[in-house]
Amino acid sequence: MTAAAEGSPPLRMTQVRRSALLQSEPVQGFALISPTFLYALILLVLPILVVFAHSFWTQNYLTIDHTFTLENYRVALTEPIYRDLLWRSLYISLTVSVLTVILAYPIAYFISFHGGRHKSLWLFLITIPFWTSYLLRVMSWKVILGYNGVLNSGLMGLGIIDEPSTALLYNSSAVIITLTHAWATFAILPIFVSLEKVDRTLVEAATDLGDGPLRSFLRVTLPLSTPGVVSAMLIVMIPTVGDYVTPKLVGGKDGVMIANAIQAQFGKASNWPLGAALSVTTMVIVTLMAGATVLIIRAAQRLAR
Amino acid sequence: MPELSLAERPHQSERPQSERAMIEIRDVTRSYGAFKALDDASLTIKEGEFFSLLGPSGCGKTTLLRMIAGFDNPTSGSIAVGGQPMDGIPANRRPTNMVFQSYAIFPHLNVEQNVAYGLKRLKLQGDEERRRVEEALAQVSLTGLGKRGATELSGGQRQRVALARALVMRPKVLLLDEPLSALDKKLREQMQVELRRLQQAVGITFVLVTHDQYEALAMSDRIAVMFGGKIAQVASPKEIYQRPVNRQVADFLGGMNFVKAEIVEENGASLVLDTLGFGRVRTDKPKAFVRNGGQATLGIRPERLRVLWDNATAKFEVAGKVVERHYFGEITHLIVEIPGLEKPLSVTETNDFGADDIPVGAPIRLAYDPEALVAMAD
Repeated sequence: MTAAAEGSPPLRMTQVRRSALLQSEPVQGFALISPTFLYALILLVLPILVVFAHSFWTQNYLTIDHTFTLENYRVALTEPIYRDLLWRSLYISLTVSVLTVILAYPIAYFISFHGGRHKSLWLFLITIPFWTSYLLRVMSWKVILGYNGVLNSGLMGLGIIDEPSTALLYNSSAVIITLTHAWATFAILPIFVSLEKVDRTLVEAATDLGDGPLRSFLRVTLPLSTPGVVSAMLIVMIPTVGDYVTPKLVGGKDGVMIANAIQAQFGKASNWPLGAALSVTTMVIVTLMAGATVLIIRAAQRLAR
Repeated sequence: MPELSLAERPHQSERPQSERAMIEIRDVTRSYGAFKALDDASLTIKEGEFFSLLGPSGCGKTTLLRMIAGFDNPTSGSIAVGGQPMDGIPANRRPTNMVFQSYAIFPHLNVEQNVAYGLKRLKLQGDEERRRVEEALAQVSLTGLGKRGATELSGGQRQRVALARALVMRPKVLLLDEPLSALDKKLREQMQVELRRLQQAVGITFVLVTHDQYEALAMSDRIAVMFGGKIAQVASPKEIYQRPVNRQVADFLGGMNFVKAEIVEENGASLVLDTLGFGRVRTDKPKAFVRNGGQATLGIRPERLRVLWDNATAKFEVAGKVVERHYFGEITHLIVEIPGLEKPLSVTETNDFGADDIPVGAPIRLAYDPEALVAMAD
């Protein structure tokens, strides 16, 4: 504190501070989010703390040894099976999120730029798949990709293949196809919102300065919609790493992901500490991957200028 | 930014203009269904000219500007820029650049990158690009602000960036869509002077769209006044103001007193009219005057009526009674009832001689110059 500030009467300052505190925007903001915040604290933060604690303990048949150990992490990171599963999960989620964004972008662009008066109708139509359960949608992919499925019989009917292909179902590609379809809507919406915010005059200005449609898209529309692309990437990437229903139903043994292993540890294998260590490892790696994705997209954008 | 005093104001038409046509608009119509935004407009804009399209909103001036830029296409008719027909040529390949009403500064780029935007594609040799960007920034007095982000600029600065970004392309024609309407009054007046000076310096043809008559009068070499998709009059600011072709144009450009008149005699160059308040007057016949029956309208600007003090007399005068007085600082606005006239006359008088002290209800005599009377077809 400077000499001048020390000279001011302290009583008055605190009075002003107190009333300012009650009216300050951050305080009002915290008050507003506190129900949700408490809910998240009890149902999200506490369970995570429990998982985190378990990851440092050891399972002794039916009891848990509470001595601190890093053994579970050693197993999670060095055991080839878990390492492979983790890599595969990351590969699948990254591929799914990139594919989803690539497929979702044109749809979002079309609705935003050419939807005209029917924008809300288009958005409504996009939500139609959500009227049925996710399990049913996965099952329908089984029908499409299966041995006697729609795709195989179609290809055979056209004479492109002689016998049904087994390469379609029960592998990681089937997981990727199913997840990409399932998450498309979640990618379309954030991209659509950020495209809606792009001032159309800016595109005209780019055209006026000599850019054709493709150039003005690459130099104006795409950079200005990156926030939507980034959130779409993250929205798809983070949950898909931990998905376990889809690999269980269409993944077969080649499509097993880390979440299936975690589920096994908490279930049949009954090794909670190892399951917890795998969970924490996955969480940390997903966080790192999400952060890296944001940084890479930002750097690419800066480079493109 | 040094502010210019009025005395320093560059004189209009300082730079000699060529008589070559830069933009030729021939019978251009733009319809949206049954509505005609632009109705059979023809216009020639000369090389190096500061040309304004003036009119109320919805008169078609922006539609016309956007068609010159290539953002819109005529339903019929043709537009040529620099002698080259523009039919089918997209906006990105036209020799025109635009300053948008919202300025359309790219928010993800800084000032320098905004200005260099159009140059990037040209792949200029060595540091030519940097040199041209700096030159353009200097032209609009933004030297040193190149690294400033687009979101950290004031309204006036954004406008300058938009100008620099268009000028750096060295277009044949610079199109300005109400570029000053978003600025406050003081800055707007300053930018009027600067825009005019800039146009004189670079010698590029400027086409300005505005609904502000003072803006158009202050900056332009010539003005096209538009109403309801039609071009009403194309002339120099002085002629538009002093010799409007019809009541609509006269009314749009400042105040005008309208007096009913009867045509007594019409010949090639002049008209003789009978009016109630002003008696029988002989005036020049406007070029575009087309007689419509026996009636016409006589107009006189409020500032062309002078108060006659004490026993002063004038060759041409009307007498009446002050019914209202409004004080505006440097001028006073008087409403004067003249026996025989159905509507009282508006008079603006400077306050140098005490016009602000004239009592309401006082008898008053007004002098006028018959030259200031404009005949308009009904």
